[in-house]
Amino acid sequence: MDWLFLFEVAIAGLGAGGLYALAAVGFVVVYKATRVVNMAIGEILMLGAFVFFGFASGLGWPPWAAVPAALVVGGLFGGVVERTMIRPMLGESPIAVFMITVGLGSLLVGLVELVWSPEPRRLPAFLPDAPIFLPTPWGEAYVSPKTAYASAAALVLITGFMLAFRYWRGGVALRATATDRGAAYTVGINVPLVFATAWIAGSVAAFGAGVLLGAIGGISSTMGVFGLSVLVVVIVGGLDSLLGALVAGLLIGLLEALAGTFLGGEYKLLVTFGLLVVVLLIRPYGLFGTREIERL
Amino acid sequence: MTIATATAGTAAVLAVNNIEVVYHDTIQVLRGLSLSVPRGAVVALLGANGAGKTTTLKAVSRLLELENGAVTAGDIRFADQPIAGLAPHTLVRRGLFHVLEGRRVFEDLTVEENLTAATYACRSGTARAGFELVYEYFPRLYERRTSTAGYLSGGEQQMLAIGRALIASPQLMLLDEPSLGLSPILVETIFEIIARINREQGTALLLVEQNAAMAFAIASYAYILETGKVVIDGPVERLMRDEDVREFYLGQGGRSYRDVKHYKRRKRWLS
Ligand SMILES: Nc1ncnc2c1ncn2[C@@H]1O[C@H](COP(=O)(O)OP(=O)(O)O)[C@@H](O)[C@H]1O
Ligand SMILES: [Mg+2]
Repeated sequence: MDWLFLFEVAIAGLGAGGLYALAAVGFVVVYKATRVVNMAIGEILMLGAFVFFGFASGLGWPPWAAVPAALVVGGLFGGVVERTMIRPMLGESPIAVFMITVGLGSLLVGLVELVWSPEPRRLPAFLPDAPIFLPTPWGEAYVSPKTAYASAAALVLITGFMLAFRYWRGGVALRATATDRGAAYTVGINVPLVFATAWIAGSVAAFGAGVLLGAIGGISSTMGVFGLSVLVVVIVGGLDSLLGALVAGLLIGLLEALAGTFLGGEYKLLVTFGLLVVVLLIRPYGLFGTREIERL
Repeated sequence: MTIATATAGTAAVLAVNNIEVVYHDTIQVLRGLSLSVPRGAVVALLGANGAGKTTTLKAVSRLLELENGAVTAGDIRFADQPIAGLAPHTLVRRGLFHVLEGRRVFEDLTVEENLTAATYACRSGTARAGFELVYEYFPRLYERRTSTAGYLSGGEQQMLAIGRALIASPQLMLLDEPSLGLSPILVETIFEIIARINREQGTALLLVEQNAAMAFAIASYAYILETGKVVIDGPVERLMRDEDVREFYLGQGGRSYRDVKHYKRRKRWLS
């Protein structure tokens, strides 16, 4: 057994998992606050990558300006979607809202293809690219710098989200709303504002994941399929759990890397969906999800 | 006019005037209900299950719209302002706090986080003093402040539900069956504290209760509701002497509740 190689593969997998986790956080924040299953998460992520591309390549902005600008646009985007598409659906059946998000996904693909044309592109490099070597008992392990930095950035964002959830008063309001919407109104919480905030935060997370993912592998209008893996991550982790998103993201990133390397690329999906089925059988509400939450 | 008696002397903090409430555009639940709560007073709202007590409170706190209910006639004034068109969270910040039936604490949050969430009801930002006031009335909550609210006992949860209201020092608290599911001793404790809050904080209370005896012990005025209408009202001293009230609501007529219901249906003195 080549332990060094195994270590390198595992690190690469965890790195990819960090991005899964960030996108999954984008999903979970929205689901937790509003109980909306956001099927457009992959496409929102893709839009984020293209918006960054627009700022960085189209307008020629330096990365330190283009990244925050993309995140700001992500926030605006989330706010607008909530206000125009989701809020009018308040009180409608969950399936109707679910379909709205499916529609939103196709809309975004169309929009991106209209504005930027569908062919794949590279993002201007903005992550440091000096190779990283980690000392291990088996020798120096090579770590792809792009994956490492992207994943580190994702983990920083996720940590920020978790701290805000726990300690910020707005985070408390969001969790209160998630637990009991009616009671949240009675204690003076502006529930519609909480919903809007959740969409804004969730879209910022998805835009961030899109920018980082694009920085590693380039961008194209089909990036949205990443959303499928994100859905698997949130179902495994629990739809309403940030910690679940983090743990399941890393776990699935790791599993995919190991399966892809040692069994072959065609086993990646098999292994993730295998894990999905096992988790659903044992814990239908996900590893960290709240029990009463219905299955997706 | 009964409203005149209730409001005589003081301005009313709450005036409900002849309201009708309809759910889902079809089910009419309140049919011309009027009541009023004088500033700083404790007013009880009694009546059998399904009479429309909770609906009345939700009309006042404007939670009705969240359940497809609407006030289709009449008007409601809080602190001399009409409440029509206000969002529930806005109304709370103006000093009208609705403590929901069944406690409804945020079960996944700690006791302290429940109180933090309730600081949104305060007019301007957070008030640390509010927390201390709550812990002064409910020392038990202080002991359990880091516990998850879902793991509290029923009595502790009711304390927390009232504590959340207390933090906002409202002018008017709507209390929906605070005794529900609690042991008699706990009911006594909770009512003592409710009475103290009224006395010491000057908070007016509109108290919905099944437990009429308990409600009469602290209220000065009471309304009795039957299928969406007030059928009897008056100062509590007078109602306590009323034969019908004693029989039907204080259980002192030697009949079981079922007999009473049956009897009521025959007698039809209500409408
Ligand atoms: N959301 C709702 N939709 C339709 N009907 C309702 C709703 N809430 C209450 N009702 C009906 O209104 C009537 C009064 O209910 P409620 O106000 O809860 O009574 P109470 O609190 O006095 O027991 C009941 O017949 C109940 O079935
Ligand atoms: Mg009720």
